[in-house]
Amino acid sequence: MDLKINDHTVTVAADPDLPLLWVLRDLLGMTGTKFGCGMALCGACTVLIDGQALRSCVLAVSEAVGKNITTIEGIGASAVGAALQGAWQEINVPQCGYCQAGQIMSAAALLQAKPQPSDADIDAAMSGNICRCGTYTRIRSAIKQAANHGAVTK
Amino acid sequence: MNAVADAIVASEGLSRREFLRRLQAMGGLLLVADGLHIVKAADAPKYGAEGMEHGTIDNPLVFVMVGDDGWVTIIAHRSEMGQGVRTGMPLIVADEMEADWSKVRVQQAPADEVKYGNQDTDGSRSTRHFFDPMRRCGAAARMMLEQAAALSWNVPAAEVHAVNHEVLHGKTGRKLGFGSLAKRAAKLKVPLPSALRLKKAEEFRYVGKGNVALIDGHDIVTGQAQYGIDPWFKDMSFAVIARSPVLGGTVKQFDGKAAAAAPGVLKVMQMPAPVAKAAFHPLAGVAVIANSTGAAMAARKLLVIDWDDGANGTYDSDAYRASMQESAHKPGKVVRESGNIDTALKAAAKTLEAEYYIPHIAHATMEPPCAVARIVAGKCEVWAPTQAPQATREDVAKHLGISEDNVTVHVTLLGGGFGRKSKPDFATEAAQLSQALDGRPVKVTWTREDDLHHDYLHTVSVEYLKAGMDANGKVSAWLHRSVAPSLVTLFNPKADHESGGELGMGFINMPYDIPNLRMENPEASAHCRIGWFRSVSNIPHAFAVQSFVAELAASANKDHRDYLLELIGPARKIDPNSLQDKWNHGESPQRYPVDTGRLRGVVEKVTQESGWGKKFARGRGQGLAAHYSFVSYAAAVVEADIDELGRISVPRVDIAFDCGPQVNPERIRSQLEGAVIMGLSLAMFGEITFKNGRAQQDNFHQYRVMRMNEAPSDIRVHLIPYTDWTMPLGGVGEPGIPPIAPALCNAVFAATGKRIRRLPIKDQARRSA
Repeated sequence: MDLKINDHTVTVAADPDLPLLWVLRDLLGMTGTKFGCGMALCGACTVLIDGQALRSCVLAVSEAVGKNITTIEGIGASAVGAALQGAWQEINVPQCGYCQAGQIMSAAALLQAKPQPSDADIDAAMSGNICRCGTYTRIRSAIKQAANHGAVTK
Repeated sequence: MNAVADAIVASEGLSRREFLRRLQAMGGLLLVADGLHIVKAADAPKYGAEGMEHGTIDNPLVFVMVGDDGWVTIIAHRSEMGQGVRTGMPLIVADEMEADWSKVRVQQAPADEVKYGNQDTDGSRSTRHFFDPMRRCGAAARMMLEQAAALSWNVPAAEVHAVNHEVLHGKTGRKLGFGSLAKRAAKLKVPLPSALRLKKAEEFRYVGKGNVALIDGHDIVTGQAQYGIDPWFKDMSFAVIARSPVLGGTVKQFDGKAAAAAPGVLKVMQMPAPVAKAAFHPLAGVAVIANSTGAAMAARKLLVIDWDDGANGTYDSDAYRASMQESAHKPGKVVRESGNIDTALKAAAKTLEAEYYIPHIAHATMEPPCAVARIVAGKCEVWAPTQAPQATREDVAKHLGISEDNVTVHVTLLGGGFGRKSKPDFATEAAQLSQALDGRPVKVTWTREDDLHHDYLHTVSVEYLKAGMDANGKVSAWLHRSVAPSLVTLFNPKADHESGGELGMGFINMPYDIPNLRMENPEASAHCRIGWFRSVSNIPHAFAVQSFVAELAASANKDHRDYLLELIGPARKIDPNSLQDKWNHGESPQRYPVDTGRLRGVVEKVTQESGWGKKFARGRGQGLAAHYSFVSYAAAVVEADIDELGRISVPRVDIAFDCGPQVNPERIRSQLEGAVIMGLSLAMFGEITFKNGRAQQDNFHQYRVMRMNEAPSDIRVHLIPYTDWTMPLGGVGEPGIPPIAPALCNAVFAATGKRIRRLPIKDQARRSA
């Protein structure tokens, strides 16, 4: 089957029921998207499907055919993604960093939909992403910084 | 070593050195393990880094490479798990050698302690133990570059000095970049330690400044960072394992036909027979190997396994709690005593007693245990997110039956560690699977269910306290019994008391100014793998002691802060030996006394900064707690808001912290912010329970950890500043955790009058009608 990932089309032979996460990680070697729970509980595996943040650990690969799949490896190509990656580094958000790919993907979907999110918007969009190191206050700051940056560049 | 320790070593099949290493890995349980003096009386005690296996290395030829292109590569030999060690440690070297941080690369060392010194990344020790060696390393590299320049110009070395990646000749204004000096410098003799010129504190460019970005920041935010779960080879296979749900259980028989026939499955196999002692060994199980982890996970569901549960098949955490409570109300082994507690309790104007319960807690690192291995021509390579590189190498070698020289352990980034990844059972599993596949590369991934079911859990504990007070509410007598299975049971299943290290984590070394006290440690046995979880036994000890002090203050009708300060007493430096604590986090009692002045200092700082004493409407309140651990001092004020339904929110947490001088204050702040979240998380939600020997929580819907909408939006870290870099450093990674849970429960009491003595809080803050 053909998948459109980060604006490139790739052909992959996969069981149609296999979750997209494992197609990315194990069949294609795109390991930026992380495994955390396998039940859409932690958000580590978040990718964008046609701009919407979805958990790739429970999304059958066949569901993603014909759609635009964006992963952490490709999100920097968008203005919002680049702003988030910049803010994340300036604020030194990560501790272990493992969940941060998923955090950034959820934040990107949020800022695409709401360029100036409120604290409640951030809570609603981000509470599905667990960070065991506890970087939440910095994630919140980085989203706000990226949002302000986005407002300037638009 | 005495006979008992010898017996442990013999039964475990460990060398004496390995036994010592494993005890050390628990957080430096160096001199006293379960009361066993494992260092001969004749051996002079070694403290700090020198007391650790393989000590320290400060050779610049090992840690620093200067390329012709001017890039400086610095080796990081400790494991990065979010504490910032890959930034903080190389930063010390770079500063001393006058390297420009923007021209520094960091390279991770493989497991090789003979070459690099101790690599066990736990016990909040990395910076504390390696600050001085890394300074010497950097200074030696700088002096070699200076000497190379002096030789090039044929001038005395005293006339040149390195500044920001160049060496200057002051008289003539000539300059040479580090890159052009590299070859010549590398051929020079390394200066003797006595000849080294270390920088003065005011010359530091990076140390103490917190002005550098995370070395891995860019890789992390772009998805390029390599964790243990990330190595990928074209011919790689992917495995998951169904492990015995009960500690010590074995596979009676299994039917793997359906799993083997599932899409993508390459092989179904029984794992090698388990070793009787838990240690860091893999559990019994059946592996499914497939062409993707997802395929292996799906096929594993089709396995039919008949388990022999063994002796732990009846473990029930509710029943066990009742038995621990019973023990806590009877006298136990006395582990510290002074004055006469019995007389003092009888003479007291008032007595108060309370019992606290802290359950098993799972680490739940976001990256579950995982590893990759391959074997080529008898040589095994392992990629693992391990906190214990050397133990990983030793265990893999032993389980494969090859020599350590034939095992290379590549230490990847760790997607969280918290003590879980000090136990490299997952790396051994990968190696065993690769061996079964004729050396092909295999990645083993633990699912979240595997992680929660088979963790090396934080111990479970009942803490009983009783105090006598005089007519003014001043404490005259203090009895504390701590009942908890010991982590020594990993190596000696018969161990039934807390080890010296566990006792020394905020229990016997409690430094309060009380004339009559007794600490007792009744027996407790282990029925699951007990491991060390970030700050270890400090969690239950601090929860009990800091809750109890607040209860005493309330009972005496006094302000908690004033009462706590009075209990701590005047500023004094206490020899831990006088507290019957022979362990002292492995540090010298002279160099690291318990300093009650510093403990007072963090209490004063945090109460001042948080506006302690503010009046709140009913339903909102502040709680305080302070705790000394890992030779650092921490105090927290938690502000909690409890709604009509008993739901807790925490709008603000202040934490004051004194770890001595701070090498990278930026990462210290982030560690404390994280400790606040993790402390609140375990206080509000953290619990693993057992029925029929089996952990009952499967995934994050049942083992809750704090999420963004529940986290405080305002965390304020207050670091006690120091400028004297000769002062010994304290630990950072762990000591922020212990005061958080009691501070929260004290806040709930302030807000509602409800006293919580059992963690997690869950819905206990619900107000009674």
